[in-house]
Amino acid sequence: MSILIDQNTTFIVQGITGREAVNLTRECLDYGSRIIGGVTPGRKGREVHGVPVYDSVAQLVESVGMVPDGSVVTVPPTFTRDAVFEAIEAGVKLVVIVTERIPRYDVAQMVELASLRGARIIGPNCLGVIRPGVAKMGGIGGPAKDAAKAYQPGPVGVMSRSGGMTTEISSTLTAAGLGVSTAISIGGDAIIGSTYAELMPLFEADDQTEAIVIYSEPGGRMEAELARWVRENKSRLPVVAFMAGRFMDEMPGMSFGHAGTIVEGKADTAAEKIARLHEAGIAVAEEIAEIPGLVAERIGKVMA
Amino acid sequence: MAAMFIDVEVDESIHADAEMAKKLEQVCPVDIYAERDGRVAILDENLDECVLCELCINAAPTGSVRVRKLYDGTALGD
Amino acid sequence: MRFFEFESRRILAREGIPLSEHGFATTPEEARRIAGEIAGPVVIKSQVLTGGRMKAGGVRFADTPQEAGAHARDILALEINGHMPRGVLVDARAAIKQEYYAGVIYDGVRKLPTFVFSDMGGIDIEEVAAAHPDHIGRGHFSTILPHMDFRAKDVVAAVGVTGSELNRLTPILARLGQLFVKYDMTLAEINPLAQLEDGTFVAVDAHMDMENEGRPRQHELLAELGVGGEETREAREPTEFEIKGEEIDAADHRGVAGNVTEFEGNLGLVIGAGGGSLTLFDAVQALGGKPANYCEIGGNPSVSKACNLTKLVLSKPGVDKIAVMMSIVSNTRVDIVARGVIKACVELGHDPAEKIAIFRIPGAWEDEGFKLLERYGVEYCDRSVSMHEAARRAVEKVASADGRSAADEPRLEGRTSGEVEEV
Repeated sequence: MSILIDQNTTFIVQGITGREAVNLTRECLDYGSRIIGGVTPGRKGREVHGVPVYDSVAQLVESVGMVPDGSVVTVPPTFTRDAVFEAIEAGVKLVVIVTERIPRYDVAQMVELASLRGARIIGPNCLGVIRPGVAKMGGIGGPAKDAAKAYQPGPVGVMSRSGGMTTEISSTLTAAGLGVSTAISIGGDAIIGSTYAELMPLFEADDQTEAIVIYSEPGGRMEAELARWVRENKSRLPVVAFMAGRFMDEMPGMSFGHAGTIVEGKADTAAEKIARLHEAGIAVAEEIAEIPGLVAERIGKVMA
Repeated sequence: MAAMFIDVEVDESIHADAEMAKKLEQVCPVDIYAERDGRVAILDENLDECVLCELCINAAPTGSVRVRKLYDGTALGD
Repeated sequence: MRFFEFESRRILAREGIPLSEHGFATTPEEARRIAGEIAGPVVIKSQVLTGGRMKAGGVRFADTPQEAGAHARDILALEINGHMPRGVLVDARAAIKQEYYAGVIYDGVRKLPTFVFSDMGGIDIEEVAAAHPDHIGRGHFSTILPHMDFRAKDVVAAVGVTGSELNRLTPILARLGQLFVKYDMTLAEINPLAQLEDGTFVAVDAHMDMENEGRPRQHELLAELGVGGEETREAREPTEFEIKGEEIDAADHRGVAGNVTEFEGNLGLVIGAGGGSLTLFDAVQALGGKPANYCEIGGNPSVSKACNLTKLVLSKPGVDKIAVMMSIVSNTRVDIVARGVIKACVELGHDPAEKIAIFRIPGAWEDEGFKLLERYGVEYCDRSVSMHEAARRAVEKVASADGRSAADEPRLEGRTSGEVEEV
């Protein structure tokens, strides 16, 4: 079983000749991921760490002779919408959008097209997905050597609105001897392709996953949506949450950390979200170091 | 203020090599080297930005460029 | 980015939504002239980017142009919640039959724009939603299909509106939806949307928020409204410290030193990245520490960017020590940040071992970074020390330093009481 990616997943990198994209291509290849091509308009014929570059996704598909399972999109915000449309229209079913600062309207459009075409978007403003020891799609965890330090296989699924905190939490779980089944950096924007509640069914169906840890922040309603999902579906998976940005409750209208954190109403505050999570039986850790203990307790494991 | 962390030593033998100066200028991602009047110039204000990538060491003849880490006394390129 | 009411009205007018007769004035004379042209009772409204202007006396009624001018004089000099008005709006006070609410927002769960409509306008829509949910209509609309007016009609009809009202309200709500996406808004609302005695509808007050991410492609509209690129229009005007922080970030494209925000405490923070900063700031506060600032470093900043940010924080009055902390980094380099913060201390004439209460950045190039920190005697820790624990060490160091300085300077108390006597 697997979530989103496995050792056979093929993907491409759109905007592959950019500085960050070159790094993440190297990192993913080193980790064992299968990158079958890259796209940067006007750069056809080049190679990035041995990966061939094309002008368009259609050209890539034609040349490689297959539609890739996924795409990592790293193009600048002005061009992201078109790049994502291009991938989806070529038949790509999993699009990880790394780019930050994309206007919400564009994100809504990309997500709407994805749902019409049966594709899934992770992000924007995310670091991607990692299955420890198997594959990673995106810059998550950094260079293969560093990713191995923080991510070891185990029973805990991780979903986080912060890319960096995905690694911090996973590293804590790994150090405690628990480890991670799949970790997903879901993105820090107000509208994202896949929310906690939308990814829960995948973890629910994954026999490797025995518990879920989420990292959340003020802004938006996706924690309330998760709480509702957990209650209504009587999830088999215990969930442990960590809520950062509690200080923002006193600062309405300001946004810190990520674009999506702006508190626009009472329901967006950290305090309100913690209350919703508690009501659904979700444990809320006061600090990161408490997370492994709370997880172990709930799945009957003894910590290392 | 002088560099605190990094110093770069370029061997006499390549000081006046214009080609090498250009090459060093090109490979260094943080602009430590520049070609000035056909000679290798070191821009002191950028020394501390060195990312220890060793591209300069690889670009020059073996042993002719050393990157010294002032904080532990070791050097790359020895 | 928030718009003033007079700007929001201009945007509505641009898109063909009817407005009450009005004018914008920055002097009492202009206000008097506009009131004269309206030739009837008017309302003078302060143009500030804050709520509660009614309570603060920023909204007044006038029957004559002279009265309008006098009110404008008062309101133009009236500070509301720390904001001075940009000007006043002089608005015709027509007889209103009924007030409605029309708004558009994004629904982050359904990921689509949403119409919100109510036949109970003129009051806070959240109150209506709580007390009279049957008076609120909601409905999503597509961002890739063409605009379809029936989506707006369904929402208006949902609260029981029919007859000519339905046919007059539908295009107004539909246009509001179109301008919402066209101008990258995150909020566009007309409240109240008033029906006059003659049956026509006019927007009487409007509130709009444009997403910062949309600003680069909304140049034309912003230029037309005269909104300068330097106007942040955030919930709080930036302080001098914050403006300097922005300058440091803008001066060097390598990496990020973002969201530098001033607080009143004595513990300077050089923290990152996005989520890590939120977590660490909470931890410092929860442990009783008093942060002097908030910030987010990340994206692999250069030595000089880290150095300049650290200098800014260290130079803030009242800051005795700084804590340098991040969640595990994979892109940002530990050794580069370490160089930056140490350099800042040394160049300002401080001992890094004294000034840096704790350095907790694990991850990329940590071995190199830790060597450097050891050389300068700075206390550091790796990932085995939690973010919370690192914050605790920093808070305790500052607290004990405070205690020590109080003990070292017994004369401080005497000096203070001496000053009291003089008074």
